[in-house]
Amino acid sequence: MRRKGMALTAALLLAALVLGGCERGPRFVKRADFEEANRIVLTFAGPVDASWAADKAHFTVNEKPDPDILLDIESVRLEADGTRLTITMADPLNQEQPHQVVVKDIVANGKPLGSTAVIAARSYFGHLFAIFLGALIIQNFVFSKYLGLCVFFGTSQKKSTAVGMGITFTFVIVFASLMSWFLYQFVLKPYRLDYLQIIVFIGLVSLTVQAVDTILRKINPALFKAFGVYLVLVIANCIVIAVPLILADNEYNMFESLMLALGAGLGFLLALFLMSSVRERLEFANVPVSYRGLPIAFIVAGLFALSFMGFSGMSIF
Amino acid sequence: MPATTKTNFQLVVNGLLNENPIFRLALSMCPAVGISTTVANGLLLGVAVLFVQVFSSCTISLIKDHIHPRIRIPTYTLTIATWVTVIDLVLAAYLPVAYKAMGIFVRLIVAFAIITMRLEVFACRNTVTASFWDGVGMGFGFMFGMVTLGAVREVLGMGTFLGYDLMGFRPLLFFVLPAAGFFLVGFMMAVFNYVETVYRRRAKRGA
Repeated sequence: MRRKGMALTAALLLAALVLGGCERGPRFVKRADFEEANRIVLTFAGPVDASWAADKAHFTVNEKPDPDILLDIESVRLEADGTRLTITMADPLNQEQPHQVVVKDIVANGKPLGSTAVIAARSYFGHLFAIFLGALIIQNFVFSKYLGLCVFFGTSQKKSTAVGMGITFTFVIVFASLMSWFLYQFVLKPYRLDYLQIIVFIGLVSLTVQAVDTILRKINPALFKAFGVYLVLVIANCIVIAVPLILADNEYNMFESLMLALGAGLGFLLALFLMSSVRERLEFANVPVSYRGLPIAFIVAGLFALSFMGFSGMSIF
Repeated sequence: MPATTKTNFQLVVNGLLNENPIFRLALSMCPAVGISTTVANGLLLGVAVLFVQVFSSCTISLIKDHIHPRIRIPTYTLTIATWVTVIDLVLAAYLPVAYKAMGIFVRLIVAFAIITMRLEVFACRNTVTASFWDGVGMGFGFMFGMVTLGAVREVLGMGTFLGYDLMGFRPLLFFVLPAAGFFLVGFMMAVFNYVETVYRRRAKRGA
């Protein structure tokens, strides 16, 4: 039921984005937008009374999934022309979530116009892009979440190996994530088998790898020769099992899942490429004997992790 | 590799030192870097891994004669996944706060290379008793690594040990940062390498 609701919301948001201003019937509150971290700006079709807007009891704000939890409003300010109204919240808003603003007993030109509710949400494509970029850079699975390290250190010695591994991995993870999303939403959840998710997901990943192996061998032997060796390694990578688990925890829909999987795969490719570029040069460096091999690679990865911390807290859209 | 000739005690020591999963075999690095920020975290994940390793080793060595060689890897994976599910549900039910602190890592034990590797290298060729002790050794070796890392990071980063205030101030906040995990693991590996070279040199001189 809730999934249906979410899909519907998503579809509505998408429709609202495509159709632009074409909404159902005329509305007095034309739109609600996020501004900065803790503000919502309402735009009215005509000027409203300043005395009505001065009372903040006329407004309530809540996150759309939790209508019971009303957020604290710090102040309400009406601009001189009377059509733009800024609601400042006491705490920063979680703008990933759509917010509902209920406006009560609107008074314009002395006439009461009743109550209405508007939704403030970020554009859906922006939301998808934010998920993608988050998995790719801001929360890079290797440098910010510390997953998939065994394979990461194992295959980052040469650039060609690194790129081959990255591409194979991206391909498998997108495929496996979409399948496990489907299985989770349509089989595990309806039959209340969530507790089997670990077994099902790891089985699915192994199956995907086996299937890709067999299909590639038949269809494109040249490609198999280039990438076949990496396929076995994919199973040993924790990212490939972490992504389906994250998808299930966050209740992502299909597009969000696709974006997260794509971001995770390409993020791994990016990390491998960066690391292999450094390690190729390390071959010629004079490293202390005890640090040769893995230890120095860990130090380099630590430096990368430090620099990737610079992306933390970055938000786009 | 034929069945092992080591005694049970040797098996445990082997897992703790000679083939320490973190510092010597360099397997299961993700948790070593990711959640070794406190001793408690390291200890808890260590217990979880110990449990999964011992039970999976015993299960596989019990049924090793009935597994067809071609499907042995999927069998290992599913066995591990079953035991991980068990420990995951147990921890979520009885230690919800600590479980939350470890996040997704408990469920990721299923992808830890060390467990699969021990099943492939050891449990499928040895008796249940030997596999049990090998599992205990590997589990304690992992726990030892996690606790060492956790102790260094907690003492240096937050000035506490197992939550008790030791120093009254925070010496190097840097060690709490996740990136410090990479540096510390690299440094510890170098120390283990150094000890090994010194040891070998001495052994050569003695011979």
